[in-house]
Amino acid sequence: MSRIKARFDALKAANRAAFIPFISAGDPDAATSAALLESLPGAGADLIELGMPFTDPMADGPAVQASSLRALKSGATMASTFDMVRGFRSKDIATPVILMGYFNPVHAWGAAKFAADAAAAGVDGLIIVDLPPEEDETLRTAANKAGIDMIRLVTPTTDAARLGKVLNGASGFLYYVSVAGVTGTKSFTESDVRDALTRIRAASSLPVAVGFGIRTPEQAGSIAKFADAVVVGSAIVALAEAVGPAQLVAKTGELCRALAGSTHDARNDKVRA
Amino acid sequence: MSKIPNSLRTGPDARGHFGEFGGRYVAETLMPLLLQLETAYQDARKDPEFARELGDLLTHYVGRESPLYFAPRLTAHFGGAKIYLKREDLNHTGAHKINNCLGQILLARRMGKTRIIAETGAGQHGVATATVAARFGLPCTVYMGEVDIARQKPNVFRMNLLGAEVRSVTSGSRTLKDATNEALRDWVANVDDTFYIIGSVVGPHPYPMLVRDFQAVIGEEARAQMLAQEKKLPDLVVACVGGGSNAIGMFHPFLDDASVEIHGVEASGEGVDTDRHAATISRGSPGVLHGTRSYLLQDKDGQVIEAHSISAGLDYPGIGPEHSWLKDMGRVQYFSATDKEALDAFMLLSKLEGIIPALESAHALAHLARIAPKMGKDKAIAVCLSGRGDKDIFSVAEKLGRTI
Repeated sequence: MSRIKARFDALKAANRAAFIPFISAGDPDAATSAALLESLPGAGADLIELGMPFTDPMADGPAVQASSLRALKSGATMASTFDMVRGFRSKDIATPVILMGYFNPVHAWGAAKFAADAAAAGVDGLIIVDLPPEEDETLRTAANKAGIDMIRLVTPTTDAARLGKVLNGASGFLYYVSVAGVTGTKSFTESDVRDALTRIRAASSLPVAVGFGIRTPEQAGSIAKFADAVVVGSAIVALAEAVGPAQLVAKTGELCRALAGSTHDARNDKVRA
Repeated sequence: MSKIPNSLRTGPDARGHFGEFGGRYVAETLMPLLLQLETAYQDARKDPEFARELGDLLTHYVGRESPLYFAPRLTAHFGGAKIYLKREDLNHTGAHKINNCLGQILLARRMGKTRIIAETGAGQHGVATATVAARFGLPCTVYMGEVDIARQKPNVFRMNLLGAEVRSVTSGSRTLKDATNEALRDWVANVDDTFYIIGSVVGPHPYPMLVRDFQAVIGEEARAQMLAQEKKLPDLVVACVGGGSNAIGMFHPFLDDASVEIHGVEASGEGVDTDRHAATISRGSPGVLHGTRSYLLQDKDGQVIEAHSISAGLDYPGIGPEHSWLKDMGRVQYFSATDKEALDAFMLLSKLEGIIPALESAHALAHLARIAPKMGKDKAIAVCLSGRGDKDIFSVAEKLGRTI
């Protein structure tokens, strides 16, 4: 069984939503970023999204853009991202790692080779933001062969006619983009997200994660009541602008523990009362 | 290698691919919009009223058709082939960009969109977009890199006069590439009411197709005008290439004319062997940026390399996917001209013909210096003079060490 499925099965049995933090590989520098990655499971992360830095992150807001550029400036490459995952895997064999980013660096590496190398490093899933189902066949085939999940994005603009296309070939879990916009800028409306998840669940049995626009423990808790996972990115990577590398692991841990706490307790009646 | 089909004018395929190039590499949020745009465009193409309205605007608002002008003193200067200039510089707003903007804003109206956004490099597309937005009474936001704003101040003021908001883009290289990122970010956040008027044959399908179709009027006119004036087709067709919209518009009607040689001219900035150029075809490799797969200036890790050219309109690390396809099959040959060569051509045309060309177009003219003298006097070249140089006088003066 894949790490992703095992993790979601266990959370389902415990009636808990997963907390998924996002960080950019190599931000603000290789050593701090590796320490940050290793610290996340202890701070409540059930799965981890690791950003592959790109010069032109066109679906991201200012916080993730800045994070991506900081990583590149400190020398991050695809090879160093794989190294980071390998290092993490030598210490943690259970927490799923999802690589998230844009297609061009994957294309430059070679899609088939990329899938094989990612699997060998210990990667469990891929989210390629600018690779819709119409264009992902080469990478999807290679990822399936390598045992890596292709996680598809469903958005507020994905209508009923298109949903089937998005679900066909999806594996691991689905990522519901809670707002039409870039990461970290707009806020979702809980009832809209609820309605969207009802539609998605009628068509798919995969777990559904919700992200884009979730910044606070309160927001995470409100989504965790009904979603299978809550993704927080911009609020976490923005910390690197506020604090130096020396405090970054501690500060990120604080924020993640708060986000994870409200995510994990959201369906617990005693806490809610 | 792409196989050569019977006609080179039928692309792209149903998925928006020109051979291995093109496609729709965008976030899922935008996919339904691109599908709607494609449907709206296919409907418009079949609607005679759409063609009538666009044709009417091109005639009475833009001033088409634009002349195909025989340049006697430039021809004599090079001493070879007869040189004809396709005068897109005489269009309303001073460049070819308006042809496409009118087509797209008519589409926006058909789709019920109420807000217009655009990216711009030199500012010509921004001005053209602001112009059509004013003409149809729609609010307009133009994204422009901070660097380009500094070197194209007259166009920024023009856009403001036309009622558009110019938003300065301070991310990345602060030029056209980053302005395009910001426009895409705006679009993804305002999908319900906003129409994105892309200025070149780049971006996700169907943009490279529809922008080409709206610009093909350039080559259609030039072909008929050359037949009327020279009683034959040109031997060579030349245009500058950034994203490549004036070039594809000029080239497309000639693609199936086997006797016509076609040359695209990229900007090689300070030289293709320096790290300051925009020669995507000469020095790039296939990659994915802004929704399309095409030649791209990138490092071995797939990170996009910033382009450089004296001409803001050519300062783009990508190129339209159809150009990449035409390059790989050998139908169009791509060359480059440096900042200095373009400057020399800028001065030359001004002095010999009384026409101040845009710095972008000056790259196409610079190529003539290498090729026209080697061609016989019985040969004819049609060059797309894509825009006028009024907007460039400040940056040219600066290069010449003069203050105005």
